[in-house]
Amino acid sequence: MTLLITVFAAIIATIVWYKSCPKDEMKVGTLCWLYWGASVMWLVDALFEYAELKEEYFMPALEDMINDAFLGLAVVALGLIIWLVILMIRDPQGKIKAVLKRKTA
Amino acid sequence: MACFLVPTAEAAVVTAIRKAKEHKVPSSAGEVKASENVVSIEGESPVVRKLHWLTNMLWGGSALLAFEHIWHGEVAPWFPFLTAMNDPADAAEMFHEMSTVGVTMAVLITVVWGCMVAVTNMIEKRSEAQEESSAET
Repeated sequence: MTLLITVFAAIIATIVWYKSCPKDEMKVGTLCWLYWGASVMWLVDALFEYAELKEEYFMPALEDMINDAFLGLAVVALGLIIWLVILMIRDPQGKIKAVLKRKTA
Repeated sequence: MACFLVPTAEAAVVTAIRKAKEHKVPSSAGEVKASENVVSIEGESPVVRKLHWLTNMLWGGSALLAFEHIWHGEVAPWFPFLTAMNDPADAAEMFHEMSTVGVTMAVLITVVWGCMVAVTNMIEKRSEAQEESSAET
């Protein structure tokens, strides 16, 4: 479930990045790397788990599924927070600088 | 248990290599263009230029995986930070997981990055060839 949610987040981020290409003023590319990196890592985790559990892997308990779904959503939220922090620090459009200048002037 | 530490270690090493390569480039190497994810320097190998992609994937994936480990109570904010380290049997299992799952994660990320570099190099060469042929005609 966590893997699925992260893969969907990665696909959506990549579509948004492609639409804003080549300028990418919102730095959506960062979000793509975050989610794709995590997706590849969780894919490996899933493959090892499948090798151990075989077909049982596809029949998780409801409680585990809910917990994994919450984790997936929390991971997506954390990815967005990391992206927001990077966006604010790099401030590619200079908007934060402009706001700060206006305040001090 | 702590499989994310292997890609994290790779991320640290690759970042150090990238930084060293960036500093090594002499000022006469040409114009430096800093864009979103790529620092392109004339005369620089495309693989070095695209190391940013690898470090971004490794750091990003490791950060989110570290969060998952915190969620499952495998990472604690106090020494020795990894709860498996408190028991020798758990520690042995953790090292086994790092050497299997962790190493596979790092290798797969690197393979994915290698494929991306190969494909983008091909696209770049093809577009260059097209530009040259259109300039000739």
